[in-house]
Amino acid sequence: MIGIIFLAQTIRIAMPYFFAAAGGVVSERVGIIGLSLEGFMLTGAFCTVLGSYYSGDPWIGLLCGIAGGMAAALILAVATIRFRADQVVAGIAINLLAIGATRFFLRLFFNSSSNSPRVVGFGGEQSAGGLFATFGNPIVWLGLITLPVLGLVLYRTPFGLRLRAVGEHPQAARSLGVSVNRLRYIGVILSGALAGLGGAYLASDQHQFTDGMTAGRGFIALAAVIFGRWDPKRVALACLLFAAAETLQIQLQGLQLVPSQFVEMIPYVLTIIALVGVVGRASPPAALGKME
Amino acid sequence: MSGAERSPTSAGSGPTADTPLADELAIRMRGITKFFGAVRANNGAELEVPAGQLHALVGENGAGKSTLMRILSGMYEPDAGSVRVDGRDVTGWSTASAIAAGVGMVHQHFMLVPTLTVAENVVLGREPRRGPSFDRARAEREVNELGASSGLVVEPGRRVADLSVGEAQRVEILKTLYRGARILILDEPTAVLSPPEVEELWTVLRRLRDKGGTVVLITHKLDEVMAISDFITVMRSGATVSRIRTSDTTPREIARAMVGREVALAMDAIGGMIPSPASGGDGSTTTTTQAQPSLRGTDLLAPVPAAPPALELRAVSVVAPDDARRRLLDRVSFTVAPGEILGIAGVEGNGQTALVEAIAGLAQFTGELRLNGRDVAALGVRARSDAGLSHIPEDRQRRGLILDFNVADNLILGRQHHFTSGPSLDRGRIAANARQQISAFDIRPPDATLPARALSGGNQQKIIVAREMGRDFSVLLAAQPTRGVDVGAIEFIHQELRDARDAGKAILLVSADLAEILALSDRVGVMYRGRLVTVLPRAIATPEVLGPYMTGAADNPVDELSIANERATPVGRPRDGGRA
Repeated sequence: MIGIIFLAQTIRIAMPYFFAAAGGVVSERVGIIGLSLEGFMLTGAFCTVLGSYYSGDPWIGLLCGIAGGMAAALILAVATIRFRADQVVAGIAINLLAIGATRFFLRLFFNSSSNSPRVVGFGGEQSAGGLFATFGNPIVWLGLITLPVLGLVLYRTPFGLRLRAVGEHPQAARSLGVSVNRLRYIGVILSGALAGLGGAYLASDQHQFTDGMTAGRGFIALAAVIFGRWDPKRVALACLLFAAAETLQIQLQGLQLVPSQFVEMIPYVLTIIALVGVVGRASPPAALGKME
Repeated sequence: MSGAERSPTSAGSGPTADTPLADELAIRMRGITKFFGAVRANNGAELEVPAGQLHALVGENGAGKSTLMRILSGMYEPDAGSVRVDGRDVTGWSTASAIAAGVGMVHQHFMLVPTLTVAENVVLGREPRRGPSFDRARAEREVNELGASSGLVVEPGRRVADLSVGEAQRVEILKTLYRGARILILDEPTAVLSPPEVEELWTVLRRLRDKGGTVVLITHKLDEVMAISDFITVMRSGATVSRIRTSDTTPREIARAMVGREVALAMDAIGGMIPSPASGGDGSTTTTTQAQPSLRGTDLLAPVPAAPPALELRAVSVVAPDDARRRLLDRVSFTVAPGEILGIAGVEGNGQTALVEAIAGLAQFTGELRLNGRDVAALGVRARSDAGLSHIPEDRQRRGLILDFNVADNLILGRQHHFTSGPSLDRGRIAANARQQISAFDIRPPDATLPARALSGGNQQKIIVAREMGRDFSVLLAAQPTRGVDVGAIEFIHQELRDARDAGKAILLVSADLAEILALSDRVGVMYRGRLVTVLPRAIATPEVLGPYMTGAADNPVDELSIANERATPVGRPRDGGRA
């Protein structure tokens, strides 16, 4: 029973990672650093709550969340692709913008500095408990197939081939008549949609938006992308690993065996160990972060 | 200039070659002008190539050859002038439409995605599909078929990162053929190839031509031009200066057109006196009969001098920084005596960089390294330099210069501790040094305050040559000393190397340019996969002999003793190398 609860909780926690990391893979595979996943998620979460609140329909909320992530991604895409802004600077700027903008609109729409009113979700909430309840949420199913589907697209379709080529050697792709910039726009905006979906899951699972609710999940997703060496299959495993560590932390906290501060460090320590020790030699897409 | 310029007087190889009508020309570029910022890369350049011709586009580095061809292939749009392909005005077209019209370009730097397979690289952009997915099996089958019909055989399922340079180039050509190219442009295709690979390339190009394809070959190697082309267009300073039928001209005449003045010395470097590595199997071997310059066979019998070697390596190995089991340099042993140039030939990427860096002090190694008999393995870069080691690094912009520093400062880089007064730099002496070196090495423009970035490649290289050779030294490591340098500077640098040798310096010359190795060296070593697979006296080192070693087909690593016995050139012997 404990095993099943652990598994259910791990999957639930992994869900935003799955979406955001899939976005990270797509973005980095076309050569744009996935530093703004956090901002895309936060924007997505807020737009989801906004949509659900005014429509009363979680699906409309979901679509709004995707749209919100895409809008934030479009800003990044225009800045880095069109205006060739430094990707790190632009990526951080998007994150700061997302924090500020969501806070501003939270005040504007809901007259609160901390959280939105409660909105409808998809079911399968935490309180219901157990594996069964988790899989009652349709978005969980979507999350589970996202990375496998991305793997098929990357390795089995002409579109995926071009995507990979653009991130590795854009000049080569261009010399063959592949539109590099078009693919980059598609990649970044798709990454915004996916990360926005991650935010939407988060918001609908908690039935509200709270200020800064993504709490670094976008960065953990990015770590999972690197740990998984930009390969959807491994990235999925990395997401599960990070989620399991977080679940472990939650479970251990209840037991009070060790000071809670140490327990809270587990996911982050694991992230650092993973990135330094295991990844070490992984090579990112060759054109990542570079604009020729 | 020759009389046959700018008029399309002939259609090349065919017996019915008469003046072609303008619309029979596969390529017709007129008055092409292209600016990059304030730099005019092309200045009214012309190119006319009839269908079915192997046309060489020659000129010094920076003459505008590549720019002109990139305009033809749709990568750049010309600022003025017109481009016609097969009689159709296509000025300013895109790469996509150029490809669609059958124009394919093989770039000097490969445009291949290393993480993808051969087949994936070939079909990228026009992938065969099965439903929504990529039809890999069909892509591989098509690449196999194309390879068989063109003679460009590469295993389609291999990752491009695992290919040799020659194989990668085949993939590049396959890419253009897959897109139905009938006009093939190759930008300096032989720079990275071993002699047998060059032969193979010529065979493939001739076959393409014989099937009616048009080939434009960009090069600055005159032996190649003579070996394979039907017609030649010479460019200088962005403009077309001459258009000649190959059989009506000589390398000397082409060189004169390229440089705009008589260049006698450079002929050694360019290969005019050297048996062409490019002579194909079809009897076009005119240059081979000129044979060796003054076969130094007698040198073999010369007594081995008692002088200790200036540079001595024993079983020097370097491992890859990311994988301790992989040896970039594998137990290399050799000696270089004072007054000798040892040339290291080999296809690039076979350990030459590790060799140079180990000697210079830039890479960790195991084994023994002696400079004038003194063990210097434990010394750092500066201490080795002070012990008499000079180093012309292979990548001047990365290792040789600080591009944003001015010429005077670059002239003392690494030697700055000799230009101090108390704790501070002695500006007066630095300026005096700069004045002296600039005039001694003819660095242009002669302004020590310009940043190195502002100088041409040849003059940047002269800064390094001045710094490393314009001081006391006993051993010189010259790695790719004339890469990307214009013919005039090549001539100058080669003469500096010969003079230093004649003054008793020991020189290790590492170059990917076999003609350069053969023009300068007293002995020639070949590296393959990190090992020194042979060392031969210059007299018997011909491209035909060296070729098999360069590709790994022949292999007999030499021990130090036999190297010592093979030494061909005694100290202080007057040399005929610097023929006037």
